[in-house]
Amino acid sequence: MLGTFEYFVDQAINGVTLGAIYGLVAIGYTLVYGIIGMINFAHGEIFMIGAFVSIIAFLTLGLLGLTWVPLALLLVLIATMMLTAVYGWTLERVAYRPLRRSPRLAALITAIGMSIFLQNYVQLLQGARNKPLQQVISGGFEIMREGDYVVTLSYLQIFILLLTIVLMVVFTLVIGRTSLGRQQRSCEQDRDMAALLGVNVDRTISLTFVMGAVLASVAGLIFLLNYGVIDFYIGFLAGIKAFTAAVLGGIGSVPGAMLGGLLIGLIEALWSGYFTVEYKDVAAFSILILVLIFRPTGLLGTPDIEKV
Amino acid sequence: MTDIIARPLAGTRPFRLQGALKEAGLAAFVMFALSLALIAVRVEDVPGGLAIRWRPFDVIAAVVLVFLGRLGLAFLRNNRPAPVALASGLFSAVMALLLIVFVSGGGGVSWAQSLLPFSGFVVNVLVLIISLVLTLRAGLMWRRGERADAGTGVGDTMDRLAASVQGVAVYVIPVLLVAAIIFPFLPFADRRILDIAILVVTYVMLGWGLNIVVGLAGLLDLGYVAFYAVGAYAYALLATEMGIGFWLCLPFAGAMAALAGVLLGFPVLRLRGDYLAIVTLGFGEMIRIILLNWYEVTNGPDGISGIPRPTFFGLPFVRSPPEGVESFHSFFGLTYAPVDRIIFLYYVILAMALITNQFTLRIRKLPVGRAWEALREDETASRSLGINPRNTKLTAFGIGAMFGGFAGSFFATRQGFISPESFTFIESAVILAIVVLGGMGSQIGVVLAAVLLIGLPEMFRELQEFRMLAFGAAMVLIMIWRPRGLLAHREPTIRLFEKGAGKR
Repeated sequence: MLGTFEYFVDQAINGVTLGAIYGLVAIGYTLVYGIIGMINFAHGEIFMIGAFVSIIAFLTLGLLGLTWVPLALLLVLIATMMLTAVYGWTLERVAYRPLRRSPRLAALITAIGMSIFLQNYVQLLQGARNKPLQQVISGGFEIMREGDYVVTLSYLQIFILLLTIVLMVVFTLVIGRTSLGRQQRSCEQDRDMAALLGVNVDRTISLTFVMGAVLASVAGLIFLLNYGVIDFYIGFLAGIKAFTAAVLGGIGSVPGAMLGGLLIGLIEALWSGYFTVEYKDVAAFSILILVLIFRPTGLLGTPDIEKV
Repeated sequence: MTDIIARPLAGTRPFRLQGALKEAGLAAFVMFALSLALIAVRVEDVPGGLAIRWRPFDVIAAVVLVFLGRLGLAFLRNNRPAPVALASGLFSAVMALLLIVFVSGGGGVSWAQSLLPFSGFVVNVLVLIISLVLTLRAGLMWRRGERADAGTGVGDTMDRLAASVQGVAVYVIPVLLVAAIIFPFLPFADRRILDIAILVVTYVMLGWGLNIVVGLAGLLDLGYVAFYAVGAYAYALLATEMGIGFWLCLPFAGAMAALAGVLLGFPVLRLRGDYLAIVTLGFGEMIRIILLNWYEVTNGPDGISGIPRPTFFGLPFVRSPPEGVESFHSFFGLTYAPVDRIIFLYYVILAMALITNQFTLRIRKLPVGRAWEALREDETASRSLGINPRNTKLTAFGIGAMFGGFAGSFFATRQGFISPESFTFIESAVILAIVVLGGMGSQIGVVLAAVLLIGLPEMFRELQEFRMLAFGAAMVLIMIWRPRGLLAHREPTIRLFEKGAGKR
């Protein structure tokens, strides 16, 4: 069974689903890093808050008697995007904007502090026990069969992949084609010059955080749907892995973040499938170290030219 | 840039109530959106699934308070302190009264409870504190008639304080040192206080160790706890498997940690800044995962227990020593007291920390120390001056790791039990926070930050669940207040002319 192609396909499907989560969170890291050059350590917590808002929205809708799944999913998606976006905006406004011109280490410490704060905030408000949610989308269809071993592609996985692809396309278009995207890219290149040319830098940075939070909240929703159980601590590891994905793909590059997320997801799933589950994180970090040694700017990153 | 232009205008601009209301309204709306999901609803697990509990009153209270608070700040910024002082003073008085009634009634006074804005007691106390601060600030402004935009005096005061701390360091340090030495014999130093003191000094030592890497060499290390863990496990394994004592193990544990530092550093030290940060973070997690899963050696999540305690030159601190061994109290003719061992541990870690400190201060003046600081300031320039960046960084990494390893061995011997639980990322973050909050490169700053971040929360263990919340908030607030650290004031390492020579 372990050697069959079907087993590989099964693991790969899991890996792509996981990669969708990492990729969506990684875009938030890479956007923020590109524009203000800081590791937004609290981004993983935004992802966790997205998952919590989703579970609360599901339960509230269930209480209101709304059980038609497509409509419920749509409403939850909108609710979690909007409410989590407010957290992203507030995070930037309260914790990072006052430090815009400070040493970079100060911003990093604030980010770590914010991450600790948000974790404990959610723990206090929602309790430390993990929250299981019963399956929302069930069923699927068989794509392969080898003896007793059936590879199924569930409707949930199709939903996740479609949602991720749609979001990534939309955000690529926003960054590449709209005036907001142009402003973001101009702030990335030179903030002072952009300000002189009439770009509202503060607003652009705020919107970048909002965009990152929206994507992370969707990742939180996907996490909730896929694993069915969340707790206040899920943001930490997912955040680190997503940041690893962003660095792997080349930090600052949006396609790089997607690629990195996909790769980390695949590595993790295949490693757990063929070797040991316990060391899957070690595998992901080792790949990161190897990539950084041989290609320090990541897979799709452009090297910084160092000027004296 | 914009605030430089906007500041002089702020004072001359007439106060518009409408603008202030709009600002407060926006803040209240944001608070409402923030609280809509996480505060308004609590997910609770009941048999057979999840249930939700509504908390509408907390949301209303939060929104109203944020509105009023923001309005008060807008008034203050526009030099209208009088109404703010009166309103928040009245509010504080009512809150304080309600809290007193509530507490003195043993928590059973239901009318006082229902009048308090929040259901959580500590949250109410927090609201009271914030309101008191607002009252104080507004009251001071009112009395002095000063303007809000006259420049924030606190920041300057801290700058001057930081400068003067360095100026009087010659007098302060001996006093602090003597205080630290006689500390265990002070009347209030009971067992609990001593335990906290040991913890604080352990973090001071870790902070000083990490300061070599972050403060001197400028390498951002987010996985320092890995070396702490290597030191702890090295001692624990050697002691429990081979029966080697603490003092013999100590250098070995340090060497193991330094080796781990060099092994990690060798491939990754050519990375810069954030890449290095994430790789060290990954390394820290890898070490923890390996400790967690390598059952044959580390006993996995169950950890290692029964780690022997250190002895005083072979004299153990026990009531009845085994055959043929004399114990500490009988050798010195004292009566047995369990606190003796704690006091001894305190002195051990104090000595280790002071050695770290002296080592750092002295190595700064050696060529390698100078090379670290040169690399921190400008890698390209130092490379062109013939400094080998990789080897120089490796020494910093290795030496920093070594002190982490020493501290780790001490941790293992103090606890008597270690498990991977003790070496999570949060520990690395705390140690880094101590270094940065204290003011990078400031040795006294590390002590101050360790006392603030470790000592204070330990004193308030009763507020267990709010402890880490306050910890995170404190990190954010201190950084916003003093972005360069509490006692950041860096004297040039070398002066071209002697101090004061240029002034005349």
